[in-house]
Parts: sequence; structure tokens; C-alpha cells
Amino acid sequence: MSDRELRVSKIRNGTVIDHVSGGQALNVLSILGIDGSAGLGVSVVMNVPSDRLGLKDVVKVEDRELSQSEVDVISLIAPEATINIIREFDVVEKNRVDRPETVIGLLSCPNRNCITNANEPVETKFDVVDEGVRCAYCGTIIREELATHIDPE
Amino acid sequence: MRQDHLITATQLSRADIEAVLDRAAEIDADPGAVADRYREAVLALCFFEPSTRTKMSFETAIKRLGGATTDMGTVESSSVKKGESLADTVRVVEGYADALVLRHPSEGAAKMAAEFVDVPVINAGDGAGQHPSQTLLDLYTIRENVGLDDLSIGIMGDLKYGRTVHSLAEALTNFDVRQHFISPESLKLPRGVRFDLHNSGAQLREHTDLAEVLPELDVLYVTRIQRERFPDETEYEQIAGEYQIDDDTLELADDDLAVMHPLPRVDEIDPAVDALSQATYFKQAHNGVPVRMALLDFLLSEGEL
Repeated sequence: MSDRELRVSKIRNGTVIDHVSGGQALNVLSILGIDGSAGLGVSVVMNVPSDRLGLKDVVKVEDRELSQSEVDVISLIAPEATINIIREFDVVEKNRVDRPETVIGLLSCPNRNCITNANEPVETKFDVVDEGVRCAYCGTIIREELATHIDPE
Repeated sequence: MRQDHLITATQLSRADIEAVLDRAAEIDADPGAVADRYREAVLALCFFEPSTRTKMSFETAIKRLGGATTDMGTVESSSVKKGESLADTVRVVEGYADALVLRHPSEGAAKMAAEFVDVPVINAGDGAGQHPSQTLLDLYTIRENVGLDDLSIGIMGDLKYGRTVHSLAEALTNFDVRQHFISPESLKLPRGVRFDLHNSGAQLREHTDLAEVLPELDVLYVTRIQRERFPDETEYEQIAGEYQIDDDTLELADDDLAVMHPLPRVDEIDPAVDALSQATYFKQAHNGVPVRMALLDFLLSEGEL
């Protein structure tokens, strides 16, 4: 995208998450627990043309550098995402997301009879497996539509 | 492999299983030899769901090892009724006992409990999840009758919600066993169990009709199809009726077939079968005591299995 088409201005410091699968930007923010309430500047561009993805989303978070472990969980819904750390308008670090081994506290288990849904003092934990993710407590496998299981808390 | 708790059957290797079964056989042959081994030991029984066999056989097992039990009683008579969490209950109870046997209606309950306590936790059934101590006695019974290798087993009934089925199927992947799963379409194995079985390279086939495989089976493991799994009474009666066995059904079977059932049965095995040489389910229930004595011996003596 050239500067003439730029829909959101460059950020001075922070993180740009690029090459997010089209339509998944809000789920990415949800995974990162970013809802605007902390006062961070957040820009979201959705469904812009991309050579690699057809349509892509871009998320820019100002004044926060996201760590690799924070962003790896994004790979579950946006495996092609790239993470750019920006300082003084320059990209100082560019990373791909890796599939994490486990996802803790982020997803809720769709099995209503799972102990993690029983009001116990325990965080959900999912192991990442070839087919999707699997509840470490009850064994339930989530294969599709992972984003719908993101726990808003 | 070191095991502090017994939570699922997938954690058990062939060596673990054989060690427990061998110890159970020694105890069975000479129960007096271990009568005083755990004189100071207390086993906590936390049963959030009804139980006859599992609870009583654990109780008998620890008493025959010289120990005693402390029993939470029913949910209605305990602090659970006041809204206490499971995490709190087990942390309190671990102060009263050397090991804890837990049955709970939620899947994953025993795994969570084990994260909160230092004493060994034995999963005695977590919802539709697992029941690994039942599996050890099932394997002991199978080994006694037909051996554990080069074996064809049919597992029939409620495969979706049957926790004894899930644990048994996973443990059997340690042996050279052909597993046939016989159930109505709506009660086939759940995805999670299927995932584990495929990962373990299990030899499994699924059927809706027992007659297709009965003649080649060495073991037929029957489980109860529960009425509450069906929205409609007529559908339940029709389907459950197809998965009941009687002496006529068994005419197709080998004379050495072992018919097993974790019990309680309702009407899935006709009482006429009880008199046949193939009926193995009462002996299976009796095996609960030596096998659980062996299991407790491992967990109490070394704090591991």
C-alpha cells in the first residue's frame, strides 16, 4: 500500500500487527485483551487488499511493545500475522507468530460440564494440537471458530 | 515413570499397568502378607456422586491393608451444600488423610484437585471423563481370563458418556488388542477419546450391530445406556433394546468369551446370562479389592505409581 493510499498514519512507538487474516482484527484485539479502556491509541484497518492473503487486517497499538509470548496466541486465528515493533517511526524488530504449546486463561471450554466452568479458582488451559486446541482438564477439542470461545474476561 | 496421582488412563504405560496387576495378583494370592502394612494410613473418600462398588471396594482395600477411611459423606450432608468449592474441600481434606479418592460430576475435577493438594489423588470418576482405577480392575480381569495380548474385545453401549469405556479403551492401546466399538450412532466415542486412540495407534473398528463381530470376540464389555441420554422415552426403549444381551444372543459367541460389565446393570444383561460360564462381571467386581489394594500400596508406599 503506498503512502497515498495510507488509511491510518504511522505510529511513533508501539506495535503493528500486519497480515492478520481479513476480518480477524477485532478477535486479535480481544485475544490481546485490548479494548481501549487502558487509554492506548489503537488503530484498526480491516479487509484491505493483500498480495499474500487476498484481504488482510492491520492492527496498530501505540506505546505498547507486545512480547512474543503475548502475540503467539494470535497465530491460532491469524497464522500469517507479522509483528513489527516500532520506535521513533522505525521498525526495529519484525517477527512472525509461532504456534504456542498451550493457551492459558484466554479461551473458555465449550463443554459446560468441564470443571473450568464450575466456578472453581482455576484458569482454563488448552494444549495446542494438530486439530486445534484441546482442554487440558476435560479433553474437549475445539477445531473451528476458535474466536467464538474467547473469554471476554 | 513416576506418577503422584491416578487421574487418567492415558498416563499409564504398559509397565505401570503390569506392575499394578502383578502386585494385585500377589496380594490376591496372600492377602495376609499385607494386612498390617498401612496401620497408620487414612484414605479420604470424597464422593460427590453416588457409588456402591468403587467406594466400598476402596474402603475394603484400605482396611485390608490395615488402614482406615474418613468419608465426606453425601453432598447433602457436607459443606458442599453451603457452596464450598471443590478446590477448598480437597485442601481441607488433605489435612485429614494420606490419599484422597474423588468422584465428581464435572469432567476434569480430579485433575484440578490434584493441582491443589500434595497427597495422592485417585480419580474415581469425573463426569463423562475417566475412571482409571476401574480400568485397572478390568484389565486384571481380562488378563486372568484371556490374557492381554492378541485379543479381540467388543466394547458396547454408551461409548460417548461412559467413563469406564474411555479409560479402558485408552489403556488397551498399550497391548496388542483389536478394539471393536458397538453403539448407536448417537452414542459413539467422543472426539477427544478418538484423538487419543488414533495418537496411540489403536486398532479400532466401529459397529452398530453386535452380531457383526460377536463370533470373533474374546471379551465383550457391556455398559449401560442411560435413559437420560435420550430426549424421548420411545427412542430410548427402542435403541437400548438393541444393545441388550441374553442367552440367545450369546449362542453366536465363543464358549470362552468373557462377558464383562462395570455394573450396575439394569436390563442390558439378562439375568439368564448369570448362569453361563461366560458371565464374568461379578468376579470383575470382586477384583476391585486386590487391584485397589495394589494401587494404594504403590501410591502410599512410594508416593508414586
